[in-house]
Amino acid sequence: MIRAALAGLRSRRLRMLLSALAIVLGVAFMSAALVVTDTLGRSLRDLYAGLHEDTQVQVTARQVLPGIGEDSATTPVPAALVRRVAAVTGVATATGVVSEDGARLVGADGKVIGTSFNRPRLGTNWTGERGSIRLRAGRAPTAPNEIAINAALARAARMQVGDRAAVLTQRPKQMFTVVGIVGYRGDRDSVGGAHQIAFHESVAAELMLGRPGVYSAVDVRAAPGVTPAVLRDRLRGALGDDVVVRTGDELRATQSESAREDLATITLILLAVGGIALFVGVFLILNTFSMVIAQRTRELALLRALGAHRRQVIGSVVVEAVLVGLVASAAGAAFGVGIAVLLPRLAGNTAVGDLGLSVATVPPAAVLTSVALGLAVTVVAAFGPALRASRVPPVAALRAISAVDRPLTRLTVTGAVIGAVGVALLVIAFADGTDDIPLGTVLGGVLASFVGAALLTPLIARPAVNLIGRLFAWSPPGRLGRLNAGRNPRRTASTAAALMVGIALVTAVNVVLTSATASFHGTAADYYRADLILTEPTSTGRPQTFDPAILDRIRALPGVAAATGVYDDLALTARGRTSIIAVDDIPAWWSTVKVEHVAGSLGPLAPDEVVADADTAADLDLQIGSPVTITFASGRSRTFTLVGTYRSDWSGGWLMPASVVPDLSRQQPSTGLVRLAAGASDADVRAQVTSLLADSPETVVTDPAGFVDIATGVFRTVLALLQVLLGVAMLIAALGVVNTLALSVLERTRELGLLRAVGLSRGQTVQLVTAEAVAISIFGALLGVVVGTGLGAAVARALRADGITELALPWTFLAAYLASGVVIGVLAATLPAVRAARTDVLRAIAQE
Amino acid sequence: MGGAYGRLAMGVTTTNEPAVRADNVWKVYGSGAAEVTALRDVSVALAGGRFTAVMGPSGSGKSTLMHCLAGLDTVTRGETRIGATRVTGLHDAALTRLRREQIGFIFQQFNLLPTLTARENILLPLAIAGRRPEPGWFDTVVDRVGLRDRLGHRPDQLSGGQQQRVACARALITRPQVVFADEPTGNLDSRSGADVLNFLSRSVREFGQTIVMVTHDPTAAAYADRVIFLADGTVVEDLAAPTADAVLETMKRLDTQGAAR
Repeated sequence: MIRAALAGLRSRRLRMLLSALAIVLGVAFMSAALVVTDTLGRSLRDLYAGLHEDTQVQVTARQVLPGIGEDSATTPVPAALVRRVAAVTGVATATGVVSEDGARLVGADGKVIGTSFNRPRLGTNWTGERGSIRLRAGRAPTAPNEIAINAALARAARMQVGDRAAVLTQRPKQMFTVVGIVGYRGDRDSVGGAHQIAFHESVAAELMLGRPGVYSAVDVRAAPGVTPAVLRDRLRGALGDDVVVRTGDELRATQSESAREDLATITLILLAVGGIALFVGVFLILNTFSMVIAQRTRELALLRALGAHRRQVIGSVVVEAVLVGLVASAAGAAFGVGIAVLLPRLAGNTAVGDLGLSVATVPPAAVLTSVALGLAVTVVAAFGPALRASRVPPVAALRAISAVDRPLTRLTVTGAVIGAVGVALLVIAFADGTDDIPLGTVLGGVLASFVGAALLTPLIARPAVNLIGRLFAWSPPGRLGRLNAGRNPRRTASTAAALMVGIALVTAVNVVLTSATASFHGTAADYYRADLILTEPTSTGRPQTFDPAILDRIRALPGVAAATGVYDDLALTARGRTSIIAVDDIPAWWSTVKVEHVAGSLGPLAPDEVVADADTAADLDLQIGSPVTITFASGRSRTFTLVGTYRSDWSGGWLMPASVVPDLSRQQPSTGLVRLAAGASDADVRAQVTSLLADSPETVVTDPAGFVDIATGVFRTVLALLQVLLGVAMLIAALGVVNTLALSVLERTRELGLLRAVGLSRGQTVQLVTAEAVAISIFGALLGVVVGTGLGAAVARALRADGITELALPWTFLAAYLASGVVIGVLAATLPAVRAARTDVLRAIAQE
Repeated sequence: MGGAYGRLAMGVTTTNEPAVRADNVWKVYGSGAAEVTALRDVSVALAGGRFTAVMGPSGSGKSTLMHCLAGLDTVTRGETRIGATRVTGLHDAALTRLRREQIGFIFQQFNLLPTLTARENILLPLAIAGRRPEPGWFDTVVDRVGLRDRLGHRPDQLSGGQQQRVACARALITRPQVVFADEPTGNLDSRSGADVLNFLSRSVREFGQTIVMVTHDPTAAAYADRVIFLADGTVVEDLAAPTADAVLETMKRLDTQGAAR
């Protein structure tokens, strides 16, 4: 049986190759994902651990806002703690350390120097060559206006010892002299791509933590003979519960954990690509085996007539599938692993190289998993056709034509039932008309509708393709191609379904994101009464700030009616984390936004008064006049009186007076709102404000619409990423179209010969095949767009409570997806069409 | 109708130049030890408006001759012409135009497109060429093959004889210079075969259609005005106004000669 299967594969090499490619791609993605994840995982672990590579024991304050990776603001420790630590027995040295992200050096072009992959830009206090840090050139900073920078930053900023450098910190831009360049043990330029600026001890805390006399942590070295663990326990005993004491090992372990979390998303995306590729591959394999078996009907019947058992027939097909699956999966795994291994090397001189990627190793489990998956997918997809093959009656060997179109009844009924369940779930989910929509039910409904739609494709394939085919009906070859596309609805449907999957997916997400963007624009337009908004130019990375002194200068500009700076942060209430904003001019603030006044007074606020949105207040059972205690990032708790409540679709949380700013993690405003005086020229004021921002290069001047564009920028990133995914799925689907067409050309050699005999030119033959391909792929793209739009609309509707209040369709994208169907059809048709055009009339006609 | 077509059609009616001719045609397949000579120095001239049958035992080269005459196959030496057009040496585009405008084909396997109705199949060559049927000609042809009530049917709803008559109508719809028929009755029962042959010979008499038919059936050959016999790649006999008996007689004689050689 194996020999028969091998011979069979040899004779159908091209066809098998095409469908195997789908598996190769899928498995390649899977295995590459797993290897890259493994490599990145180890790199990130090394990198995070590197930040603490020389730490024995560290003492920090109990964090008010624990852990969103490195982004969380540090609650500082007072300088006095250093002396208390030093007094504990077993402590050799205790050093107060300032080490915070957010020291941004401004380059010669006036732009802030960035790090690759958002690695931290650490601002530290110079504490000598402690740990792994080593002076490479120059000397240590000995005055408040001197800094030492690490070699990676010096390279990025093209700076040397003696250069003047502007740096942004928690304070407005200041000028420093670079007096030293530092590296790290092992001749490294950076620790995992991070930049570092070491300030003089006298200013470091003020610049990086917002006030003097504090540290990020106390770094402790144990006296000889005292292990870190012992010292940790002693410190805990001596210092009490206000501080956290951890050994270097514990810190490194915690960091590994956050490295894993960082990676989870990347892994998920790569695996999703692989998964989609394999899923689409199922359609291809299914199609190929169905075609092969249809062609072999007589041969199979002959085998049965000669006494082969049904099980033997199934066996021969399954063996064939196993062989294809094994070879394709192995090739895919080799391909994927190869790419993954080469990646760090290719990236050596690029931004990725700065990360200092570890050498890729190949985890055998990952490779085996992806091969097993590829094999399983192939065999499962081939099993249906194998069963059908076994049902070929022996008498079929005697019939001239045995390829009978099987009725679609069972498929249709199954599809209709599943589809109906999906629609019912959706109806149930939306039936009560409230905003409280169970997302689980919606997603279940979406999934069921999706599967139902896929199963129903064969039923609508013929009429749909017929209709689409009208596009080419102006030309006789186009007309014939249209008829051909409708000839085998099953084959057309599964070819188109492969295309549908990717397009539907990306369409659905696009519809949701477009609706969200439109909704946000609507809500924001309603909320913001400001004419100009000062904000950071992108929504990614850490929030950027600007010099609050600029606000006063803006207020002084002719044409400005009001301006206010907005400081945002997180803080802690009895209900946990909450978002707060502090504004320096409460009346100006209320004149630049529109909210619904609920109760009490909305300002102006005394230093101990706050306003909250009605839901937040209700959540804490607060009435107007109630006291409320809020703990800030600095670690300080303060009690306020609630004086008013409001409601808004756009914004929520606590509104506080500017007196709280010193306790926030960032002491400069991140946003500014400006309202113009009547008759003032928008362009003039905008130009003046922009020039005032010259020393705050991370802040731009925009308007409410531009502000929402920035805020929704991440949607565009997500979409771009998804479109790459779609590209992969489409590539595989295109292989499916090629496969189907190659077969249809082969099956219809006689017809092609005849057509050539009665005067069809080569060009017309190409047209004929292309028309068929385009009809099939437009069908797939159209299905994808329709199904995706429906599903996206359902999800968008379910997210109404989360602010997606309107449904907006991305028309340009939808048109582009449809157009991509045409392009795929034309491209996929190329080879089969050329082959068809080369049909030798004589041989085609002579073919029995 | 194209200018070239008009000129050629006129040429046929005004002069006695042959509609189809082969001059010293050789056809050799393969090379070296595997060399097979299918046609050796064949020259024939087939008059316009006549029904010519080409006969011969298997391997005699009769099909090869037809393929070469129709431009479906290339000749090794010599040349073939259809009307005034030299077929030998034409490129694909020119051959396609030739097939479109001047040649009709009838095959043993009917070769209809299963997706098209009988009407669409008949009109297919015109559709491909982007032409409309001459007024009345479609009706004339359809009535002559007796398919008026079958025009909306697809091939799988037609009998073998009906399918072949559709193929005949398709071959005639363009009013080609010559119709080549390759064993047109090979797959039919004798009655359906007779229908097809009657239609062919009537179209010669009534429409002046030139027909070249390859067959091995003496009865079929008897419908022709002239029978050319091939053996071993050369023309060995040329019968005018044959009867079935005469054809059979010739075949027997050739067989004996062949066996004696």
